Amino acid sequence: MNNIEKTIKDNILTYEQKVLALAKEAENTLQVLNIDNKTTEYINEGIICSLFEGNAPYRPRYILPDYQKFMEKGSEFLKLDKPKTIWEAVNNLLILYKHVPSITSFPVYIGNIDELLNPYIDDEKEAYEAIKMFLKHIDRTLTDSFCHANIGPRDLMAGRLILKAERELQDSIPNISMKVSKDTNEDFIIDGIKTSLITAKPSFANHEMFVSELGQQYGIASCYNGLLIGGGSYTLVRLNLAAIAQKAKNKDKFFNIYLPEVVDCMCRFMDERIRYLIEESGYFQSSFLVREGLIDQDKYTAMFGMFGLAECVNTLLDAKDKKDRFGYSQEASELGLKIIENLEQKVSAHHNKYCKDGKFLLHAQVGIDSDHGISPGCRVPIGEEPALFEHICVEAPFHKYFPSGIGNVYAFESTAKNNPKYVLDIIRGAFAKGMRYFSLYSSDSDVVRITGYLVKRSEIEKLTHGEQVLRDTVVLGKGAVENLKVLDRKIRKND
Amino acid sequence: MIKAPVNKIIPFSSVDGPGNRLALFLQGCSFDCLYCHNPETINKCINCGCCVNVCKNNALSIENYKIKFYEVNCIQCGECIRACQNNSDPRVRYLSVDDILKEIKKVQAFISGVTVSGGECTLYIDFLMELGKKIRDLGLTFFIDTNGSVPLWNKKDLIGVIDSAMLDVKAYDRDEHIMLTGTDNDNVLKNLDFLIKSNKLYEVRTVIVPNVLGNRHTVDEVSKIIGKYDGSKYKLIKFRQMGVREDKLNSYTPSMKIMNELRKLAENNGCKDVIIT
Repeated sequence: MNNIEKTIKDNILTYEQKVLALAKEAENTLQVLNIDNKTTEYINEGIICSLFEGNAPYRPRYILPDYQKFMEKGSEFLKLDKPKTIWEAVNNLLILYKHVPSITSFPVYIGNIDELLNPYIDDEKEAYEAIKMFLKHIDRTLTDSFCHANIGPRDLMAGRLILKAERELQDSIPNISMKVSKDTNEDFIIDGIKTSLITAKPSFANHEMFVSELGQQYGIASCYNGLLIGGGSYTLVRLNLAAIAQKAKNKDKFFNIYLPEVVDCMCRFMDERIRYLIEESGYFQSSFLVREGLIDQDKYTAMFGMFGLAECVNTLLDAKDKKDRFGYSQEASELGLKIIENLEQKVSAHHNKYCKDGKFLLHAQVGIDSDHGISPGCRVPIGEEPALFEHICVEAPFHKYFPSGIGNVYAFESTAKNNPKYVLDIIRGAFAKGMRYFSLYSSDSDVVRITGYLVKRSEIEKLTHGEQVLRDTVVLGKGAVENLKVLDRKIRKND
Repeated sequence: MIKAPVNKIIPFSSVDGPGNRLALFLQGCSFDCLYCHNPETINKCINCGCCVNVCKNNALSIENYKIKFYEVNCIQCGECIRACQNNSDPRVRYLSVDDILKEIKKVQAFISGVTVSGGECTLYIDFLMELGKKIRDLGLTFFIDTNGSVPLWNKKDLIGVIDSAMLDVKAYDRDEHIMLTGTDNDNVLKNLDFLIKSNKLYEVRTVIVPNVLGNRHTVDEVSKIIGKYDGSKYKLIKFRQMGVREDKLNSYTPSMKIMNELRKLAENNGCKDVIIT
């Protein structure tokens, strides 16, 4: 039985999941990209990984429409006027979301939804009903946890109502980031933390840091990807540092032979994907999102991903004892920084004519379900985490190199609910140390953050027993639980 | 420079006052509670040396009749404190205020303040005053966690440098308090009154120990006192067997039903913020 028939007959998939899987199978029958032998070799070895983007790019991986513009102007193509009430506002947005593609076909960015909805609030009770319905609709129809909403940094009534609704609904979709600036009202952040300790969202984004690199008009999409509103990322390909270290065996070969060669191959592979998307697929020539000014090719970049720094460093140092490993040893941290600085220089030196400022942005990729024993981005491996203070101090210095996303997830004991200011102090401290993005959940919640996205433990259980689940990311979550041990994160109380 | 015996420093604590706090545990206690969860903090080391041989990592030795502790070798296995016959801990270090400030400065960006606990921290009043002043100069808050055995009402200078205090009221009945701790509670109850009136009481704590203590009486009387004033929390702590010297008392962890009844009692007496842990 070939893959197409297998998909058709797979009763664990819902109808919608089958349709999407069949579309991917169709796309992958094509061989339209010019990929040289060396690059193909690295792809086959798992050193370069295109993260399920498919063989023929016909839409950008990440699209961040300018929803503010859409709210002001409506849409000619969708025949929608500027909304006048909260009900029209949520309805318009829900319609547009169904027309914003991505690699999973679901939108990865649904806007700074508090700012979008706040002007339409007349009556708090009615607005709460509308917002709750809006969020429930998103969870049941945009069935993909990479779908990401932003709130903050301003403390608006809409933001408060969104948090309240999430505490009540406890759904895994959408993922939410709260932008936190030095001026953000402390009580609003505490409200966010209380929500996170119940339902694993929002995460907290260092607003000043993102603004300094991307300007005010940035959004957080998918897992934690900082990109320009009205733009996005054409592609995300990732490089497996752990596997390069295994191949190189020593620092000299790593820095002087393999790393430069893999970076060069991966940049050319990304160039080729972008070329096909722009010059051949016709997406930017035909989409109404472009025609109506909701996205603009000039605001696009591409994301150069990496993962497995911890294992890479441990291999190159042959570090077996805990004290010598990444997360504990000064030498390991220094080598890690040297690797990332080196990577950053090489990637910055590459020019792509279709990307903003000609540049790719570095991205610390959170891993995929099939990664076995290789840690996301620059994270200390699960099971080896140091005490929280040391953990943050080891990882924070890497964050400045990754404007298009890096972060970690911390599991707190449920007693933190009695003292949310405790978590706030830690987030503020982490941001002061240069951390870009901070996610948390409570050890007793059903909704948990896998690596960047959210899944319900109860749905993983269902899938394990062979039952259908609505949300496609549960499949990824199940794999990550098994291979990346994400439910074994160190529980933070007092350390 | 004044030094104090330090049992432990926890850089991040969620349960020692508002926000994230560095918690400093001083060695030596004026009570010997039957349910003590950290009996190794009660006494100072008498250098008997019985811990040295049980350490498998060469973290302890005895030199010139004194225990020496080599922190780098310690893996925190706890064998030494299990071997100690004196309710002490050979790892205690005498640290100056400046030594502790160095530790605080490392984590300063992450904390609201510092809480000094024990053992019993008010056995080291001069040390607390000097430390408290310097902590407040850093813009951090300074809390103490006390068993109330040392009179505070005549120590105005100390009260001036602390932001607030957490006070244990282990039993309201005098004889019961003597049975539990070896000491009466006259000073504890006077301190309770004094801290409330000075507006320096953050939280009162009572451990609920079924079979052994008159828990209901203590919660009733204490909550009547706290309930008259705004702002103080009342934390009711479930007795847990973990870490307790097993031969000392026969009890069990109370059910949530018992805890919720006590919470209700405290709330009916006017306590607005009752926490169960």
